[in-house]
Amino acid sequence: MNKNMKKRLARIIISTVLLIIAVIIDVENEWLKITFYLLSYLIVGYDVLLRAGRNIIRGKVFDENFLMSLATIGAMFIREYAEGLAVMLLYQIGELFQSYSVNKSRKSIADLMDIRPDYANVKRNQQVIQVNPDEVKVGDIIVIKPGERIPLDGVVVEGISYIDTSALTGESVPREVGQGQEILSGCINVNGLITAEVTREYEESTVSKILDLTENASNKKSQSEQFITRFARYYTPIVVILALLLAIIPPLLIEGASFGDWTYRALSFLVVSCPCALVISIPLTFFSGIGGASKKGILVKGSNYFEVLARTEIMAFDKTGTLTKGVFEVQEVNPIGMLKKSSIASGLEENNIDKKREFSEELLELTAYVESFSNHPISQSIRKAYGRDINQNQVSEVEEIAGQGIEAVVSGKKVLVGNGKLMRLKKIAYYEGELLGTVVHVAVDGDYYGYILIADELKLDAVGAIKEIKASNIKETVMLTGDNKTVGKMVADRLGLDKVYTELLPADKVAKLEELISQTSQKGKLAYVGDGINDAPVLARADVGIAMGGLGSDAAIEAADVVIMTDEPSKIPEAIRISKKIIGIANQNIAFAIGVKTIILILSALGITNLWMAIFGDVGVTIIAVINSFRALKIKGNIKKSYV
Amino acid sequence: MKKKFNLEGLGCANCAAKMETAINKLDGVKEATVNFMTQKLVIDGDDEKMAEIIKEAQKIIRKIEPDTRMVKA
Repeated sequence: MNKNMKKRLARIIISTVLLIIAVIIDVENEWLKITFYLLSYLIVGYDVLLRAGRNIIRGKVFDENFLMSLATIGAMFIREYAEGLAVMLLYQIGELFQSYSVNKSRKSIADLMDIRPDYANVKRNQQVIQVNPDEVKVGDIIVIKPGERIPLDGVVVEGISYIDTSALTGESVPREVGQGQEILSGCINVNGLITAEVTREYEESTVSKILDLTENASNKKSQSEQFITRFARYYTPIVVILALLLAIIPPLLIEGASFGDWTYRALSFLVVSCPCALVISIPLTFFSGIGGASKKGILVKGSNYFEVLARTEIMAFDKTGTLTKGVFEVQEVNPIGMLKKSSIASGLEENNIDKKREFSEELLELTAYVESFSNHPISQSIRKAYGRDINQNQVSEVEEIAGQGIEAVVSGKKVLVGNGKLMRLKKIAYYEGELLGTVVHVAVDGDYYGYILIADELKLDAVGAIKEIKASNIKETVMLTGDNKTVGKMVADRLGLDKVYTELLPADKVAKLEELISQTSQKGKLAYVGDGINDAPVLARADVGIAMGGLGSDAAIEAADVVIMTDEPSKIPEAIRISKKIIGIANQNIAFAIGVKTIILILSALGITNLWMAIFGDVGVTIIAVINSFRALKIKGNIKKSYV
Repeated sequence: MKKKFNLEGLGCANCAAKMETAINKLDGVKEATVNFMTQKLVIDGDDEKMAEIIKEAQKIIRKIEPDTRMVKA
């Protein structure tokens, strides 16, 4: 509680005490009673009266101060002193609670997003000094101790440590870093001491960019927020006019209707005429949602995108780097030729497991040796799969046959490594079945040994993610890829996608996407998921563009509307789930607030309720709606980890 | 040109919406947003009219919620 709130609380307490005295005081002296009421009223409500007066002078009539003043003074006039005072008192209590809860939520969201480093330890003139992160320049050497937050983006020059990226990615498994590796600001150094060279100034660092993004995200207003703003503009004047009519017309038309009774009913109207509950709770809901999602490593760049995500009908994906790892790896080593030969010689079964393993190792080793002089990505992936040191002295007479393969002598054996063309050229019979990916055939001294299959790999959680997405009301899942038909189809089948369009150039992707957008229903939306590297135009064209792997990739953060900080497709269904929850909460608040207010308006017009009920309609509804919107902050599984 | 301000003491969400509407109507303003939650005002407007815009915005804010202070961020 700040100073203002404390002052308000004190006034509320004094005023309540005076009210109690006024109620229990001897009834005989009417004027003494009224004096106490008035004193109490002025103490608790003077600021409201002052503000109302000031606004009237400025020509601004319809604000809550004016309405409260009118309602309470009106009550006093029809000799409902206690009720008039109570309305003012409860209004102030409500206001106090409201500013308390808004302040509290502002603070808790700020804490949640608090990834701002407080200081940096810079090495200057052989000494380590603590400075403000924005005083550090590119090229400076900084020291990060265990438990400290990395203040600026940099490259490790010394030390090995685990870093906790959960503040940025929501990923709880720490990542190991060592010399030469990039570290990003906002992460926490868990255990080792690391020294790093700064590569980006504070303003340009990851932490600044993310903070900037989340803070400005709620500037882009959602449709519900726009609706509320419009609603508030008309709601208050209409209710006030109705109140006026209610106070004047029935007493004139209906015989025996008392002026006081109808004024009382009109006053209830005025009390519920403030749209505060909606106006506060809806932005609060979205703001909390942005905070909650960012904790899970999902950056939503505007409140409006929650609505689009919740209404997505068609979800289109890029393949490489989005659903697959985008790294080529050895998928299969098949010594098919060696097995055939050995089974003919020894009479063993062709698919003898031990033999197969032994031959596979030999095949991989031979290939790795031959490929040891090449830097081609395929060669690299084969060497990586082999994983052991290669003695290049054993390899001689290496000859590269452009576009076909390599010929070399390994430990006296003549080894041929290459594609089908090379095999045909050398007149070697090879396995000609259809294989998905790049195939490297191997022959030794004229005999076919087998092949190695290299392909991109699906991301670990891709299958599960697609399943979840399909379960969440998405009508169609589509893949758009530049890859060939066989590979594209296989990946789509394995993931269970509904449709796949292959061999698309970047421009074709935009055209295809537009075609898909035209297939969505009136309210339905299309989401596109890409890696943000070469599909920026597609991301921009979709109703909502989602980029994967945002951590450390400025391109992805720039191009997309929603950024998944990690590489995991499983964050996509999660983003949909969060969006639906937030839209749900916002709708609940709208329906609840408008509903309760309407009911109270009707009941007070009929004279069934009293001012007390009306106060609930104002203050009570606001408080309940604000509490409800807090739920947006709590996204399931949102556990804050701390290392010390 | 974009200018950012902190609105200290911004306590009423409806007032924030009113401020935003009024500032958006000022001459030379391309887009203005008042964020009730972060208590921030961002004005995107013509460079040469910026000084005038800021002055007018200040007036608007004082008029709608006199306790709010507009401070350069």
